[in-house]
Amino acid sequence: MINVERSRVLLRWWIIAAVALVGTVLGGLSIGPVSIGVGDIWATVTSHIPGAADAGTVTQAHQAIIWDIRLPRVLLGVLVGGMLAMAGAAYQGVFRNPLADPYLLGVAAGAGLGATLAIAIGGGGSALLPVAAFLGAVVAATITYAVGAAGSRGSTVTSLILSGVAVAAFLTAAQTYVQQRNSETLREVYSWILGRLSTAGWSEVRSVLPYVFVASAVLFALRRMLDVLALGDEEATALGVPVTRIRLIIVAAATLGTAAVVAVSGLIGFVGIVIPHLLRLLFGASYRLLIPLSFFGGGAFLVAADLFARIAIPPAELPIGVITAFLGAPFFALILRTRPGVAR
Amino acid sequence: MKRIFAPTIAMLLLVSACGAGDQPASVTTGPVEAVTTTSALPDETTTTTSAPVEDPDFPVTIMDGMGEVTIESRPVAIVSLSPSSTEILFAVGAGDQVLAVDSLSNYPDTAPLDPDLSAWTPNIEAIIGMNPDLVVISGDTGDLIAGLNAAGIPVVTHFAPATIDDVYAQIEQVGVATGNIAGAAAVVAQMQADIAGIIAGAPTFDVAPTYYHELDDTLYSVTTQTFIGQVYGLLGMVSVADPADADGSAYGYPQLSAEYLVDADPDLIFLADTICCGVTAESVAGRAGWETMAAVQNGWIVQLNDDVASRWGPRIVELMRAAADALSLVVSSD
Repeated sequence: MINVERSRVLLRWWIIAAVALVGTVLGGLSIGPVSIGVGDIWATVTSHIPGAADAGTVTQAHQAIIWDIRLPRVLLGVLVGGMLAMAGAAYQGVFRNPLADPYLLGVAAGAGLGATLAIAIGGGGSALLPVAAFLGAVVAATITYAVGAAGSRGSTVTSLILSGVAVAAFLTAAQTYVQQRNSETLREVYSWILGRLSTAGWSEVRSVLPYVFVASAVLFALRRMLDVLALGDEEATALGVPVTRIRLIIVAAATLGTAAVVAVSGLIGFVGIVIPHLLRLLFGASYRLLIPLSFFGGGAFLVAADLFARIAIPPAELPIGVITAFLGAPFFALILRTRPGVAR
Repeated sequence: MKRIFAPTIAMLLLVSACGAGDQPASVTTGPVEAVTTTSALPDETTTTTSAPVEDPDFPVTIMDGMGEVTIESRPVAIVSLSPSSTEILFAVGAGDQVLAVDSLSNYPDTAPLDPDLSAWTPNIEAIIGMNPDLVVISGDTGDLIAGLNAAGIPVVTHFAPATIDDVYAQIEQVGVATGNIAGAAAVVAQMQADIAGIIAGAPTFDVAPTYYHELDDTLYSVTTQTFIGQVYGLLGMVSVADPADADGSAYGYPQLSAEYLVDADPDLIFLADTICCGVTAESVAGRAGWETMAAVQNGWIVQLNDDVASRWGPRIVELMRAAADALSLVVSSD
């Protein structure tokens, strides 16, 4: 009986999460500064299904807006938001630290240095930018791990976090120096740091999809391990879990996914730290549920924030990083206030 | 309102340009005259010959962006922390009075660019250490003015101008501050004549052509109300970014939605991010959805030099000429 009851509750959350994600995606696809009828949107999208009728009377410009601008932007929002939230939840679990976010191990600083170097050396608009940002992020996380894991055995988690702080500070200093020496490219660097979904196309979606798929599959498969790790290293070891190896795999997957999305979207803050906490407050703390829900919640949240960025002051845009914090923080505070029992 | 605004400025400018044209055409610049005088009259002392006759008797006082500035004697060791002011200094003939210019002042080639002199993070101590007798800036970063004034160094602050007339005023002030009044007058007269000529030669049209001026590859643009927008406005062109900042809260520099741009379908695209962001006509044509735009299909994409399209100085004439040339393409195709 209890099991049936539980799976019914679970099913309810899954439905809510799926509805939220699908709803924001449809909203993101149908609302924008250029008003296009639902019928035209439907005709455009279905015209890309092989064997279906073409879009008929829909103008070329409107077809391009739906298929080449809105749809990839919305899908990238799902992938980026979902990956950041999922990685944030995984980091919080692995490090047993509520302040952990996807940028904890210096990923943001490493990606920033990589991107700035690419812009400084390769010039603005360099095709190397995403590659360099990705490599910078991976190298930064690797250094952090190498430095942190070399510390005393008893406090691996703390030493990793502190190592991340040191590596991030060093790389940020290096990034600022390179940026100041090449101030003619400041604009490009700043706009990358602010985060951007606004110029996303299909190529960005294609380039992050495999990484997000692999990373989220690994995290999904290991979600129960996070619940075990939450008990503490010694308890987890006593239960027969190879703590160090599992932790490395989870951190590697979360870092890889984060590095990939950061490489195309720049540094979008807030999603990775707050969405998992928000879901925890609403649904309880089990990682079994939290990991997949974070993907749905993060994706829905970022698509909604991006939609707001587009329609708040049309036809101008607001920077996405501003929206995520500006809308997310009060919302989070509200949940925190109204659900004090869960917060503790 | 906007439609009326631009032609009014154009007419005002034409009138003032005609007025300037009445002056004698052969105004020579300060340094040239100084050299001639020295060689012709070798007996005269250096102090008198180095100052051209039309120079004011220093001290001079000008009203710059921050208020009154008094310059006690003709400056001969000027430090410029503003690329636009550097261009103006060299244009009015004060080039050989310039000691050093900041790391972004890459025009003209002869400007003594100091790669370590940053206008973003200026080091007051290092600037004082150069012993300048005048510093020209475009913004008071880090209490620069107070620090330099405390060391007895006058500072001229020339903020980004709101109108082309403001540019003329800055050029004239640089002339007064450096003892190159005639040189400055000649530059202004030449600019006014060139701009009047471009406007006179520009095509006319029934419906105002629209343009999109790109500041960076995240689609920041300019409205008709901005300084750059006025240059296009003098030719009767209207920015598609105008509705994005109708209330002016973005100071005329809104970031546009990609889908809005595709839908607005401007007649012309001007790229002012070819250096910063490596944008080209080809890369614009390759952007998602942009292939449906008329400007892309017609190849009416103009690659500007970022510097020319963002600095205020004598080279705004070049920007205007590029805009007028592109406009001719659009109008002749109708």
